[in-house]
Amino acid sequence: MPSVCLYLKTHQPYRVKRYRVFDVGEDNNYFNDNSETNLNNLKVLNKIIGKSYLPTNALLLELLNKHPEFKVSFSLSGVLLEQLESASPETIESFKRLVGTGRVEVLGENYYHSLSFFHSLPEFEEQVKMHRDKIKKLFGVTPAVFTNTEMSYTNSLALWAEQNGYKGITAEGWDGILGWRSPNFLYDAKDCKKIKVLLKNYKLSDDIAFRFGEKSWKEWPLTVPKYAQWVNAINGNGETVNLFMDYETFGEHQWEETGIFEFLRHLPEELLKNPDNNFITPTEATLKYKTVGEFDVPHILTWADTERDLSAWTGNDMQTSALETIYSFENKVRKSGDVKLLDDWRKLQTSDHFYYMCTKWSADGDVHAYFNPYKSPYDAFVSYMNVITDMRLRLERVEDRKNKSKK
Amino acid sequence: MYGWELPPYNNGGLGTACLGLTKSLTSLGIDVIFVLPKILPLNSSHMKIVYADIDRLKIHEIDALLHPYIDSNQYSGLRDTYSGGVYGNNLLDEVRRYAILGGVVAKNEVFDVIHAHDWLSFGAGLEARRISGKPLILHVHATSFDISAGQTPDERIYKIEKDAFEQADQIIAVSGFTKDMIVNRYGISPEKISVVHNGVEIEEFSGNTTASRFALLKEQGYKIVLFVGRITMQKGPDYFLQAAAKVLKYNQKVYFIIAGSGDMENQIIRQSASLGISDKVLFAGFSRGQDLLDLYRLADLYVMPSVSEPFGITPLEAVASGTPVLISKQSGVSEVLSHALKADFWDIDDIADKILSVVANDALGRTLKKHASSELIGINWNKAAEKCNELYKKLLGWFKKK
Repeated sequence: MPSVCLYLKTHQPYRVKRYRVFDVGEDNNYFNDNSETNLNNLKVLNKIIGKSYLPTNALLLELLNKHPEFKVSFSLSGVLLEQLESASPETIESFKRLVGTGRVEVLGENYYHSLSFFHSLPEFEEQVKMHRDKIKKLFGVTPAVFTNTEMSYTNSLALWAEQNGYKGITAEGWDGILGWRSPNFLYDAKDCKKIKVLLKNYKLSDDIAFRFGEKSWKEWPLTVPKYAQWVNAINGNGETVNLFMDYETFGEHQWEETGIFEFLRHLPEELLKNPDNNFITPTEATLKYKTVGEFDVPHILTWADTERDLSAWTGNDMQTSALETIYSFENKVRKSGDVKLLDDWRKLQTSDHFYYMCTKWSADGDVHAYFNPYKSPYDAFVSYMNVITDMRLRLERVEDRKNKSKK
Repeated sequence: MYGWELPPYNNGGLGTACLGLTKSLTSLGIDVIFVLPKILPLNSSHMKIVYADIDRLKIHEIDALLHPYIDSNQYSGLRDTYSGGVYGNNLLDEVRRYAILGGVVAKNEVFDVIHAHDWLSFGAGLEARRISGKPLILHVHATSFDISAGQTPDERIYKIEKDAFEQADQIIAVSGFTKDMIVNRYGISPEKISVVHNGVEIEEFSGNTTASRFALLKEQGYKIVLFVGRITMQKGPDYFLQAAAKVLKYNQKVYFIIAGSGDMENQIIRQSASLGISDKVLFAGFSRGQDLLDLYRLADLYVMPSVSEPFGITPLEAVASGTPVLISKQSGVSEVLSHALKADFWDIDDIADKILSVVANDALGRTLKKHASSELIGINWNKAAEKCNELYKKLLGWFKKK
């Protein structure tokens, strides 16, 4: 009976270029690196489009056409969609074709892939609205299940989502919260009445997302029949298997040479061989299944690192100081009435900026180094804080102008 | 073991390294006979050195006019002062004389391995091998290319180094940076070279600061950026000064301290005046002991802009004192210290940018300090001594087979 819910998180940030103190007051284009490094957003995006988005979208469309039972879901951050619209309308079109099949759900999130919920509720709500508008405009649909940045979750977020009409919300199915309970059921959110929590089965998800191409893994090579067996084994003690992962898993984190595309190509038919299995979208899951218990997360839970908390984004003094500073500008930025300033300020809230400043290099060190376009977390911080200084200067100039016009 | 100096009578990192390594070797149960030139005019029999196991160490002093970092001109000066003695007519003669005298020690001592530090003692090491037939390890802390900072090195010294490298049974380089130098500049096979990174004695820098020096400046919100090292081309003091000038254009609340002495000292003092920053650049002279510790502790950032630095122990001393560091990418220490700011020595803009960021954001210094301190625990002389010991055993195994 397990319903497989495959949901792909899709996001790329606007990385801050190497920005020196000498650029402050001289240059307010923060994201236009054009070097050969991975700070060049266009270069990185084009690489990912070629290696991941376009081939995987084509494959998914093929699978949707071939198997009427197949379903898949996405979340697409606003900052990614913006970059795609200007760099690759073709990729936008391919996502539209997927959504057009009626069997691809798009989830709701905040436009800037930010940590705004934990810093400013009004700002967070605006970002969610911006995202909803963007999704409606591009795909003609309105999200009914909410997912927050990096699967971050806490009781008050679930309450917010319920009050704002969402039927479901995603979270990491972490043992620390679940205890003996299984992630393969829906749960009630603490203090909520209706909203249902969909929990990521991190073992089965990470088998694909992290371990698929790892030759030192004892299960390598992971074949489709072997994986299908693991899913089948949930029969009788679970209702939904939530496979949540970054979309870039396909072709970017796991390169084509690992066989990841062939794996995906054959996965639906293999799973469907078992008549008890089916595919489902998050909204369908909330309609189809009842909750079995309460999911209570008083602190913040995420899908990252062994700690499953926000420490990859807020674990050191540089990160907290950068976050505090950017959110301290909120009132002034709003009052400035400067559209470009507001947009820059929001792009600087994207969580990736803080992730690049992470200094946890122990067990998760490899993952962090792989995703860091800067030579070190210290370099990331230096550029970011210089940009912040420039932004402060722009805010002062706006105020000066206002004061002068008053006189 | 052939060296040139030991603290407290040392001019630089070599003495510190020899002491640190020797202490840890003796604590592993290895007996060390340390041979070094007698430092004139100091009466070195008063040397007080605390060793882990004093019984395991024997010090031999050779009456020779040599000290580390000496060059031919300095030698001529020394030679004139001691005109009555038996010393060589020039530096290279004296090195040769030291080699023969140092080699003689090998006749009267029982030992298994010869371990010689840097070019002044290579001759003595080779002589000792000739006499004893025991395996010779050359430990390279700096080559003539480092000393000349990219300029053409002294050909005669280069030849002494190259000959010794070719004849040695094994070579220890203090970093991958130095290993590459020995491979590329001297044509030595990489298989013959092992990398043994230096360590630092954390305890020496963990004492309390005594001075309230600069307290007033700090109260007024000034930040202090420190340079410690010989004021020579190799250490990049001119890059430090140029970065300082750039920093001061953007932030006047910074003082720069240069602690050290060397042949570029007058030039650097003049340069700070011509850059118009002499009111913000303080010269502390050569500092050691409590003075040095105070400097490290008071600094908000330690900068090592070396042009060519085989290792560079001073950044580790700064970290041990609780101070964040900015180090040249052209250094061995950057291979072992990841929690540091790093810049190319010639990239004045990058150095200035990073100094300004530390000055403006306390969080940056705090984070660097916290992580570097824990990283430092893994960078110690015991680790270095264990690697040396492995190498000794390997060599002795080879020699037995022969």
